[in-house]
Order: sequence, then structure tokens, then C-alpha cells
Amino acid sequence: MNIESRKEYKTVEAIKGPLLFVRKTHAVGYGELVKIKLDSGETKLGQVLDTSKDLVVVQSFEDTTGMSLTSSVRFLGDVFRFKVSDEIIGRVFNGRGEVIDKGMKITKGEAMEVIGNAINPYSRAKPQDFIQTGISTIDVMHTLVRGQKLPIFSGSGLPHNDIALQIARQAKVPGKEEDFAVVFAAMGITHEEAYKFINEFEKTGAIERAVVFLNLADDPASERLLTPRLALTAAEYLAYEKGMHVLVILTDMTNYAESLREIASAREEIPGRRGYPGYMYTDLATIYERAGIIKGKKGSVTQMPILTMPGDDITHPIPDLTGYITEGQIVLGRDLHRKGIYPPIDVLLGLSRLMNNGIGKSKTREDHKEVYEQLYSAYAEGKDLRGLVAIVGRDALSERDLKFLDFADAFEERFVKQGLYEDRSIEQSLDIAWDLFSMIPEHELVKIKPETKKKYYKSKK
Amino acid sequence: MKAKEGKIYRVSGPVVIAEGLDANMYDVVYVGEEELIGEVIQINGDKATIQVYEDTSGLKPGERVITYNQPLTVELGPGIMQSIYDGIQRPLEVMKSLQGDFIKRGARVNALDRKKKWKFKPLVKKGAYVEPGSIVGEVKETELIVHKIMVPPDYKGGKVVEIKEGEYTVEDVVAKLDSGEEIKMMQIWPIRKPRPYKEKLPPKVPLITGMRILDALFPIAKGGTAAIPGPFGSGKTVTQQSLAKYSDAQVIVYIGCGERGNEMTEVLVEFPELIDPNSGKALMNRTTLIANTSNMPVAARESSIYTGITIAEYYRDMGYDVALMADSTSRWAEAMREISSRLEEIPGEEGYPARLASKLAEFYERAGRVVTLNENVGSVTIIGAVSPPGGDFSEPVTQNTLRIVKVFWALDAKLARRKHFPAINWLQSYSLYKDTLQEWFNENTSKDWNEKVSKAMSILQEEEKLQEIVQLVGSDALPDKEQGILFIAKLLREFFLQQNAFDENDAYSSVEKTYLLLSLILDKGEKVMELIDKGVKAQHIVSMKSFSRIAEIRYAKDYKKKAQEVSKEIDKELEEIEKSFM
Repeated sequence: MNIESRKEYKTVEAIKGPLLFVRKTHAVGYGELVKIKLDSGETKLGQVLDTSKDLVVVQSFEDTTGMSLTSSVRFLGDVFRFKVSDEIIGRVFNGRGEVIDKGMKITKGEAMEVIGNAINPYSRAKPQDFIQTGISTIDVMHTLVRGQKLPIFSGSGLPHNDIALQIARQAKVPGKEEDFAVVFAAMGITHEEAYKFINEFEKTGAIERAVVFLNLADDPASERLLTPRLALTAAEYLAYEKGMHVLVILTDMTNYAESLREIASAREEIPGRRGYPGYMYTDLATIYERAGIIKGKKGSVTQMPILTMPGDDITHPIPDLTGYITEGQIVLGRDLHRKGIYPPIDVLLGLSRLMNNGIGKSKTREDHKEVYEQLYSAYAEGKDLRGLVAIVGRDALSERDLKFLDFADAFEERFVKQGLYEDRSIEQSLDIAWDLFSMIPEHELVKIKPETKKKYYKSKK
Repeated sequence: MKAKEGKIYRVSGPVVIAEGLDANMYDVVYVGEEELIGEVIQINGDKATIQVYEDTSGLKPGERVITYNQPLTVELGPGIMQSIYDGIQRPLEVMKSLQGDFIKRGARVNALDRKKKWKFKPLVKKGAYVEPGSIVGEVKETELIVHKIMVPPDYKGGKVVEIKEGEYTVEDVVAKLDSGEEIKMMQIWPIRKPRPYKEKLPPKVPLITGMRILDALFPIAKGGTAAIPGPFGSGKTVTQQSLAKYSDAQVIVYIGCGERGNEMTEVLVEFPELIDPNSGKALMNRTTLIANTSNMPVAARESSIYTGITIAEYYRDMGYDVALMADSTSRWAEAMREISSRLEEIPGEEGYPARLASKLAEFYERAGRVVTLNENVGSVTIIGAVSPPGGDFSEPVTQNTLRIVKVFWALDAKLARRKHFPAINWLQSYSLYKDTLQEWFNENTSKDWNEKVSKAMSILQEEEKLQEIVQLVGSDALPDKEQGILFIAKLLREFFLQQNAFDENDAYSSVEKTYLLLSLILDKGEKVMELIDKGVKAQHIVSMKSFSRIAEIRYAKDYKKKAQEVSKEIDKELEEIEKSFM
């Protein structure tokens, strides 16, 4: 520690929201970590947001309650770091990386900068390994591959957390026994939800291969900006140093974006759309783009961020900017949820951009792509017909249309719907699809090639 | 060059203010002990505002700032093709070997390899008189590109006093002039300054894209400008990549501006394997990539567009037809917005700087078909993707872009959801080159190309009108004639407008194939209407089996043979219907 980092300034000039304006004499670096000592003796952490010759703006990661103009400020001469080693596996941390389970402190390991560097695009490998989640809608319709970032767009009150847990429990690459880990970062979720997650992790033993970061709803907003970065620092270490395949679940990104807006407005920045800062796209990208695979390295980082769309509006800036960065999206539908269908995944709104890399012969099954296209178009047609039935009644439909109408219902009941602990293999999921196809005459299955039909199609007796 | 020095006064994200620095606007500066690269974007008294192209964490007030009073430049010479650069033309391959898999700060890397030797072949003799822009020799850069070595446009020119064939590095002198000027294979050019040309020509030749809907309905000219706006998931990137793969440009500059890293990987993995349908060689031979992904520094994203266009102009000057894809210009505009808000400028619409419109115009104006300084004809075509928030085309970037570009390919989320790809909306899109390109198409395809295209367009428009009625009363309630039109429109949509970018035979459709499909559908359509006029019920036509076989033509290797076969079968079935009905 150099001399300057021992200097204590008692020159706070103003405090506004999470921001402190401090006059100082030595040169303070941009992004430097700050310790704020309150009159009560308590210390809190912060970070330099703006530095100039005489004035520094400090953003506190913690609650500013009790801070005053007489609080003392110390600049630590270093950026925010997180200590990583294999000791972090199976542990629970708070949103700024302090151990909060009953275990020991992390002793060994290298302290890594949490603001990660961008992966050189030249170093990336093409993501193409199929991950089986055991959920039919995801595996068949929105196939997840290693190194992908595939968010869940949800709404308040929808069971996105259950789905995330189910994926964390079941995700695997079929036929391969490899080191696998889950990094879980909660941002602004309630104690109750956090308890559920931890409990579930402990119950299923998943905690032994998990790293958990919890920033709860009553934790400070500025700490929330650190949480996903800590989680990704841990994930990158496990993936690229330890050769593990890491699934990162970030929930809820909406809370993260709200914090970003809160800090931006405290800084009196010019707001962009709906008050969110103009750099939100870049900021979210520095999180989401940390998913990937690196050529020549064994591990991978796959991301599944979860966000709740305010007012179920997919054009809201948070889902909108996310959708522009991520490689597809899984969208939950309130209609399906109301019908009692779990998981309420609306396959017509979802998409996996990397799906084509991960499916087909020797990856899933030869018929996968055709089955996907046929399911999509038959379900879309059936769903359209529901609108027509509402106007003209069921009796007015032709024989053919009735079949598609019934197909849509059966698709939701048998393909989409599954148990919370039901782990379907990709073959099982595809077989269910073929079972459903038997409701439709063979010649109406236009998206499937004749030879594929010959092999798999069973007509209904 | 003498370095001038100042000191850091303030750091706020990518914006640094230096004091005591004697700099000009847009001079390159090296900031801090690590010498991070930046550019002066504002001068106010003693203070210069700098946008820094790298992460500024740890920078402190008081650290030094150096400038050589040079603007931001690119290196132009052999070796650009097949390379992948970041936004300030640092080769990512070299960065990887220097720094590892993550991009770290403070790397100063040459864009062109200084050690590699190229075989230079003179094209002028000793004693010849050369002017700025004149071609003095050439180098085989890749299997597809013969790289012309030109007198830099800012030279005076003169008599060649020395020129020799041989193997040279880009820094070696290959020719000397009596003016004392020395010509090397590498030129340096400031990115914000358009390269000069003799004269701009009107666009007359289409850029054949290999996508049916574009070539037939909304063609773009070589040297023209187009915008592809669309919400996420509507296929902007797939369309851009298809254009990069199959369009008949000779050189492709692909800018990944603030987009996904994995997408650049896809291009890097695919292009060296994909074969250019026009030349039969690997696509990478004619391609250069500028990759500044969304998580790379935002200021370098701003400059990536200029880096790309300058490279494009340089190849244009050799007489090539260059196509530049910018994916996405919205991210570029956002980079400007981000910097502008750090400068605390008064914002225009939606927080974008008020200069947004003029910046977009300046960029698109660098496109064009020109007579080069060396009397060749070359062109730069710009195709910019736009990512409107929420898919709403009324936002500033889309609107300001549409005021400039001549071609508008509107991507439609609804079509994408129906898996109609390319999801280009045929009623919203337009091309202002249609009339000027008419002549070319009539001469080079068939005399009735334009007639056919207009016919198809009017059927599609008619369909739109009829759809409104269908939604109210159902299609069965329409008269047979209207049902017939709906049927033909459906054929056009499914078998002509739709195209599968992932199928080896359908991904690229030559103009001949496009014409063949179009005329086949329209001819059969006419027959259908004749039958309906004769009193045949539309429902008999709709339930015909042979029409769906038109799809097979799209996927067939020998599409001509397949077309004959399908055409015969349709005719046969139509005849049967006619007979059974009469």
C-alpha cells in the first residue's frame, strides 16, 4: 500500500443519493476503490466515477445512511477485485463479494478485476455443443448451446425462477461427463426468493457445484451494479482456468437496469429512452458479451439472464436492448400461465439464434430441424384459428382446420406442459412431437421431408 | 515529428480532459503512462477534450498526454484483405498473439505486417509521368484481388526516375519521382477525410445480391446506399451476411459495429470455407472485417465506421466495386450519443446529438460510383443496418437515415414470426433506383423483366387490400376471381419472395433463376385466371397438388430442369381440371 492510499480526506463537500463529492490533493485514478469511514466508525465501500484535479465523485456501493460531511474518505489506489480460487465453489457471497454463508473466508487465490476485458473476437470459438435442459420447449424449439447467451423474458408473477432452477438442476450435454458448474447471481430479489433458491440448491445438492451471489431487494442499488460482474469474474475463472462448463444465471436484470437508471439520474446525466441512460446498451453488453468459448480452452461460459418485462411490454428498453445483444430469447406467456401450463413458454415469440449450430444428426437427432419447423407452423396455424373460432364458432371450421385447432391444444397440454422435476431427454421430446403429429394427416406435414416422415410418422388409428 | 505534451485534468468514463495541450481538432493523442489512444473532439481555452479508444480505469489527473498533431489515420496497402481489425485498425490476430484471448489496453500494433514481402510488378516505366492517384504497379494480394499501387492523392506527382520489379515490404520504396517523392506500397490516410476522385457518375448498374426480393423488387445500384432497419430477431444480420456472401461486389468491407462477438466468429469461421458463386474462390479472399463488438470501447466503435469507409474508398480507387456492410449504424449513433452526453452537450431528439443527421449524411455521401483519379471506374455501395428501439421506425436514427439513403429494405417482425424469410416487407420497402436500373435489367435479363416485376408487385398490393376483407368475412366469401388473386399472391410469397439463407442451393439466386421463378409463377397465374374466367371454381385450383412443387425449383441443383418438370406437371393438372369441369 502506498502512502497516498493511507491519506484520509475529511473533505466531503456534498452527498447526493449514492454519490459523494470529495475535494482532494493527490491524483486519484478513474474507477479506483474508495473506503468511506463514518463518524460511527463503520466503513463502507465505493468507487470513483469521475476524477479531476481537485474534485472526485465517489459512488458508494452501500447505503449512504449515516454518511456526513465529516465522514472520512480513503482512496485505495486500486480497482474493485474479487479473489478467485477453487475455494469459491459451493459458497454464498453477498452482492459485493463478501462471504455470507457460515463458512470460512476465502484465503487463497488471485484477486481479479471484476470489470472484465472483452474477449478478442479472433479468439472466440463457434458455439455448437447442444445443452439439454430437459425442458421440451427449450430443447426442441429454442435450443441452447454452450457459450450462448439466452435470456428469459418474463413478467412479474410468472414462474421464471422455477424454470431457472429446473434448468440449473437438469442442464447437461448428453453423453459427456464433464466438469460443470452453476454461477448464480441474484440482483434485487426478495429474501423469500433468495431463500427458495438457496434451499433448492442445498436440497438437490446443486450447491456443491454452485457459486452464489446474493444482492437482495433491500441491498443498495449501487452494489447491484457490481453483482453480475462478480459472478462473471467467477465464471470466467472456472471456465478458462479450471476448464469447467459454467452456466451463469442472472436474475433479475430489470432490477439491475433500474439501479443503473437510479445512479445515472443521481449524477444528473442526460437521460435516454424512458429515463434510462444512453449508455445502457453498452453497459448491458459488457455483461452479456462475457458469455462465450475461447479457442483452445476447455471450458465455456453460457449465460441465462432473466428479466421481467415491465407491463409485459417486449418493446420496453430493458428487454429491447437485451434482445439486441443476446442470441435469442425465451418468452414466457401470461395466457399459458393462466391456463395452468408450466413452463408457460410461448414458443412463437421465442428464438435461439445459435440453434442451427447445435442440432441435427450426431448432435440431437436428424429430424430435429424439420420437427421444429413443423411444430412451429402447425401451432401457429392452430393458434390463429382460435381467433377465428371466437368469431364464427367451431362448427364453421373445416375438417382440416379442426385438426389444427386440436393440435394447438394438445401441443400446449402435452408438449409445452411438463413437471417441475420432469427431465425429458431430447429423444423423448421429439417423440412427443411425433405423437402429436399423428393428429394431422401426413400430407399436411409440409415442413417435413418424405423420407423423415416414413421413418417417424405414425398415423392415428 | 515533435511531440507536444499536456496533462490530464479530468477523467469521466471514455472522456478525458487534458490541460496545457497544444492540439488541433481530431488530433490523435496518447493518454497517460500506458499511452491509451484517443482523439481530440473539443477545445476550450487551455483544455482539450479527448475521446479515448480504450478503457480508462486507473487513469489519474496529472498524468501526461502526448500528441504529434496528426489526425487519426489508417494504413492502406496490401494485407488488408482477409484481415480482421478493431475500430482503429489494429489487427485482432496480432493482438491475440501479443496479449492473449482478452483485449487489454495500450497495444500499439501496426495494421499492416511490416515484415511480409510482396511481389511488386511495375506498370509504368522509368521516365513516365505520374499524377496523384496514378497506378504505378500491382501486387497479387489474394487469389481474387490484384492490389494496385497508386501515387498517394496528396502527392504532387512527377516523372518516375526509379522503379523496379521485386519483393518488397510495405515500407520499402518501390518508385521514386523527380519531385523527390518516394512511393511505397503503403499509404496513410486520415479516416475522417473522404478520398478524392475525379467525378461522380450516376448509378446505372445494379449490385446483384442473389436475393430474389431485393434484385427483383427493390434493387440497389453499385455505388448506391441502402438501409435495413428492423427489430431484433427479424434477420438484419442474416441479411447483411447474405449480401456479404453473395452480392457481385469485388471487395467486401464488413463492419461489425457494436454487435455480438459470436457473430464475428461466425463470419470468421464461415467465410474462408464459403465459395463465392461469382468467382469460385473462397469468400475471405475479397473480404476484410472490422470488428468492434458491443463490449469493446465505445469511442472505437464511433471510429470503426470511418475506418471501414476509408478502406472501401481505397479499393474503389483501384477500380473495384466495393460493398460496405455496416452492422449496425444505430450502435454507431449510440456511441456518438454516449460521448456527447459525457461532454454535457445539449441533446437533440432522444438524447442523440443534434449533429446526428449531418454525421449520417456525411457517411452515406461517401458512397458512389466514381471516375477515379487514375481514370478507372470504381464504386462504393453502402448497406447500413439500423436497429430501431422497440422496432419503431419513427425514431431518429431510422428517420435521419431514410432521408439520405435511396433504398429502404424494411424488416418486419410479423413476417419473421411467421417464419417468412427474408422478412422484408414488400409493401413498406422501396428503391429509388428502380427506374435508372430498368434499362440494365431489360437488356441483361429479358425484355419483359420490368413488366413482370410490376405485375408481381400489383398482385401483392391487391392481396393486401383483399386481406382486409378476408379478415372480416373469411376467404370463402370472396368471388372466385379474387380468390384466384389471393392464390397467386400466395405462390409469389411462398415460392418467390421467401428464400432460405441456410440452404446451399436456395441461398443464392442468380438473376436468371429469379426471372425464371417469377415468370413461371406469373404465367401459371395467368392460366389460373383464364380458367376462373371460364367458370372453374377457385377451390379446385387451390386444392391442386402440383403448385406446391414450385418450391422444389428453389432447392434443386439443376433448377432449369426441375422448372421444366414442374411446369409440365402444373399444366397437366390444370388441363385435367379444365376437362373435368367443361
